[in-house]
Amino acid sequence: MARVVVDVMPKPEILDPQGQAVAKALPRLGFQGVTEVRQGKRFELEVDDSVDDETLTKIAADLLANTVIEDFTVRRLDA
Amino acid sequence: MTAKIGVITFPGTLDDQDAARAAKYAGAEAVPLWHADADLRGVDAVIVPGGFSYGDYLRCGAIARFAPVMGPVIEAAAKGMPILGICNGFQILCEAGLLPGALVRNHELHFVCRDQWLKVENTSTAWSTRYDKGAEILVPLKSGEGGYVAERDTLAELEGEGRVVFRYVGGNPNGSLNDIAGITDARGRVVGLMPHPEHAIDALTGPSDDGLGMFFSAIDALVKA
Repeated sequence: MARVVVDVMPKPEILDPQGQAVAKALPRLGFQGVTEVRQGKRFELEVDDSVDDETLTKIAADLLANTVIEDFTVRRLDA
Repeated sequence: MTAKIGVITFPGTLDDQDAARAAKYAGAEAVPLWHADADLRGVDAVIVPGGFSYGDYLRCGAIARFAPVMGPVIEAAAKGMPILGICNGFQILCEAGLLPGALVRNHELHFVCRDQWLKVENTSTAWSTRYDKGAEILVPLKSGEGGYVAERDTLAELEGEGRVVFRYVGGNPNGSLNDIAGITDARGRVVGLMPHPEHAIDALTGPSDDGLGMFFSAIDALVKA
């Protein structure tokens, strides 16, 4: 068994209005100095040993991310 | 022969009844299709209606794309069957790869619900022949993730090949690139748009009857075939 984390982020050229709204809210709460916020998703998968890296990449590319608008990274967490 | 237009219902679909009603108004037989169906029940065209299929979980349309009924829809599209995706249906067709690009959160984050003017720019698709080129039509728009985006090359291809079918006029409601409201595939058989033509088929219940032309167009395309 292994825990796998897939991070999905909007591509740099895609406007991220949610991240922008978060960035705009910070100074109103008194937090200064944050110049940009990008909002994405994190998936945690429990997989057994039969799931290889190639399959994980396919899972991320085919379902977890829409590669038209999002980039992803896949990493296995050390147990 | 009466044209048979299938209307898919997924869990969370909202506008299947109005889409079926629009097909009937235009003179077609509306055939309900269920997300778990393995075939298209002999229909000649398919409408993928609006709503929030599978609760918009993951991304709008991302789960619906893998519903059993989408297999035969993708096969039928490859053979040239007219397919119309409205709102969530447009998102589903993009996720399924039948149309290029994707729909993202509206640029000002607000859910937009209003009657929207559109310009008809391509009058040769299966769903737009009844319109005059450059005609302006008024149909409801109601979506929170209606911003059309595509890679630069894709956008250039769409524009270069005249595949933008509908464009927003009188202000861009959601940040869509190039004011794009609706597009078509390379053959002009699959069309997707965020606004709702099925809500604009009778002045009694909508802002106009401008949407009816899309359903008449499909029936023309089927009769000709």
